[in-house]
Amino acid sequence: MKVLRFILKKEFRQIFRDKTILAMMLVMPTVQLIILPLAMNFDVKHVNLAVVDNDHSTWSQQLINKIGASGYFRIIAAAPSFREALGYIEREQADVVLEIPPGFERNLVRENEQHIGVSVDAINGTKAALGGSYLLTVIADFNQHVRLNEGGKFVPGKGMNIGITYSNWYNPLAEYRFYVVPAVMVLLLTLIAGFLSALNIVREKEMGTIEQINVTPIKKWQFILGKLVPFWVMGLVVFTLALTVERVVYGIWPVGSFALLYLFAAVYLVALLGFGLLVSTYTDSQLQAMFVAFFFVMIFMLMSGLFTAVDSMPGWAQDIAALTPVTHFVKVVRMIVLKGSTFADVQKEFLYLVGFAVVLNSWAIWNYRKTS
Amino acid sequence: MKQLLVFIRKEFFHVFRDKRTLLIMFGLPVVQIVLFGFALTSEVKNITLTVIDQARDVNSTQIINKIKSSSYFIVDESAVNYDAVSTAFKKGTAKCALIFPAGFGNDLQHAGQAQVQVLTDGSDPNMAKTVINYLTTILTTYQREISPGAQLPYRIIPEQRMLYNEEGNGSLNFIPGVMALVLMLVCTALTSVAVVREKELGTMEILLVSPFKPLLVLLAKAVPYLVLSLANFTLILILAVFVLHVEVKGSIILLFLVSTLFIIACLSIGLMISNTTNSQQTALLLSMMGMMIPTLIFTGFMFPLENMPWIFQMISYVVPARWYFLIIKAVMLKGLGFSYIWKETAVLLGMTVIALSIALKNFKIRLS
Repeated sequence: MKVLRFILKKEFRQIFRDKTILAMMLVMPTVQLIILPLAMNFDVKHVNLAVVDNDHSTWSQQLINKIGASGYFRIIAAAPSFREALGYIEREQADVVLEIPPGFERNLVRENEQHIGVSVDAINGTKAALGGSYLLTVIADFNQHVRLNEGGKFVPGKGMNIGITYSNWYNPLAEYRFYVVPAVMVLLLTLIAGFLSALNIVREKEMGTIEQINVTPIKKWQFILGKLVPFWVMGLVVFTLALTVERVVYGIWPVGSFALLYLFAAVYLVALLGFGLLVSTYTDSQLQAMFVAFFFVMIFMLMSGLFTAVDSMPGWAQDIAALTPVTHFVKVVRMIVLKGSTFADVQKEFLYLVGFAVVLNSWAIWNYRKTS
Repeated sequence: MKQLLVFIRKEFFHVFRDKRTLLIMFGLPVVQIVLFGFALTSEVKNITLTVIDQARDVNSTQIINKIKSSSYFIVDESAVNYDAVSTAFKKGTAKCALIFPAGFGNDLQHAGQAQVQVLTDGSDPNMAKTVINYLTTILTTYQREISPGAQLPYRIIPEQRMLYNEEGNGSLNFIPGVMALVLMLVCTALTSVAVVREKELGTMEILLVSPFKPLLVLLAKAVPYLVLSLANFTLILILAVFVLHVEVKGSIILLFLVSTLFIIACLSIGLMISNTTNSQQTALLLSMMGMMIPTLIFTGFMFPLENMPWIFQMISYVVPARWYFLIIKAVMLKGLGFSYIWKETAVLLGMTVIALSIALKNFKIRLS
């Protein structure tokens, strides 16, 4: 125990001596937590539209005005030809080209039917789908309106109308900060526990200082604990810091229990430190460790439901997602912070995380050879 | 010249001796591109929708069947009341609920007006908004179908064309984005340790007594990494084409040229970091941990840049991956030529020059 206390003292000193590491641990997370949620917003505010009107009739004008007034679209240009309108899409200035064919009004009156062209930049799926569906809505509306005002021969029958009332629970205005802030918090913990710990241990290998420790009477477990405990403590400090920033800057205060939140954070950190240790046992230079950690953190970031819904991924990808501790932790943080879920609601995730902590750490210790 | 070649060769041996780093460097981007190319999608699918049907009549049943036949929802009819919905939300087993009040069909048939209620779990706003969109579309379509006089005169029928993406591949936007992100981070990290490692291991002296100008020393250090990164890019491109079925619509030569420039820009930034830091650890933390999240956010493939406050849009201008993402989209996916991307190319060129100058300025000619 005495030995361990000495080692811990030394490790803590090392962390506090190195200003860069300290800044990385405390300043960067705070700054990122303040700034990032402002930048992360999936909202499609408006769809940019280029219009080609080959008819120049009253009705085509009315349709364009209606689209412009709908609030969904910004009409950025009226182009004389489709080719020219396409140029706006090519230069990323427009998302949709609406093309009204010649004879639009005449055909509508004569044949009661007229097709119009809607060309969508489909590389960005979200915008394409939204732009398309907004346009359909506006055109359906316009159809109604034309019938009522212009169609002398048409007597409106009794329509049927389904009214829809919406309520978004836990987040009435569907604001993104409630979604993003917990995610950034989890991400920062992950980076600190998973990245920094791996780097720290590999550094001893690369500098050859591990050899020096080998000839001292320090035991394996003491060395490992001495390495991990400071990061675990720093992780909880950062977690507290993050909760404070959430409260002060974004006005988000956990609905659920704090004790539960800290319990999860503590277990999660143990799991992630095990991961960091595991990475360090399989690599022998800081560059290698960084690359391996980077690989996993990227997967954590893009596949664990931090910013994209896990449910939308194909089945095999969901299976991979279930194999990362981050997926479970971010789910739980959102549940406790936003919905006030209780331990009974998150039992399964707790078992998962404990499982990760045990498996990752046992594997790491099994693989760790004191003789490098 | 001959001496320089010998020097470059030495650096090559240095890099290629480390089999493990090589394996990691090539293996990781490959796995990532394939993984994300398949897994990331902009579509929202398989949402569990809790339906509480208190009406149980023809209309509500028809609507539920319509919802079941769409690929977006998995309908769960086990809940009986609000409490069950609340519990499901808290457990995370359901994300949204649709409630038909008693007498729904009756109201619709006789009064021509009926109500439904939609509840969403707002903790995932993206999902909530999408669900509302989907359900509105389904309900509006249904209402139009059953309205008398559905075949009305004056119908304007929009014909939608999906440009550049006929199959409606929801991952298409992510592939160039992940390419830009992975290349940028890997290339920057590679050279960020190149010089600082020599400082740390005390081999700087050897570099300092070499007969070359500092610029040549730096370039010689970067050449092996450039070759590696180009090979890496080629591999990624082959995967994108043959595994993810992305069609390269533009000129391959142009794509390679601008990608080479982008790689050089990232390597230069790495050298800049390497010359301004004192330890490998700091250099790596800056180039990877420090840059990962900003790059992810400011490349613009995940979060639309146009929504961000103007200050962030300014920040995004200094992220090389942002410009490269635009270039790749234009050349690879839209098949456009150089005249569309000269601005972005010029920006990358400017960044390279600036980063290299800063690197040179900080390249210590003398031992401290």
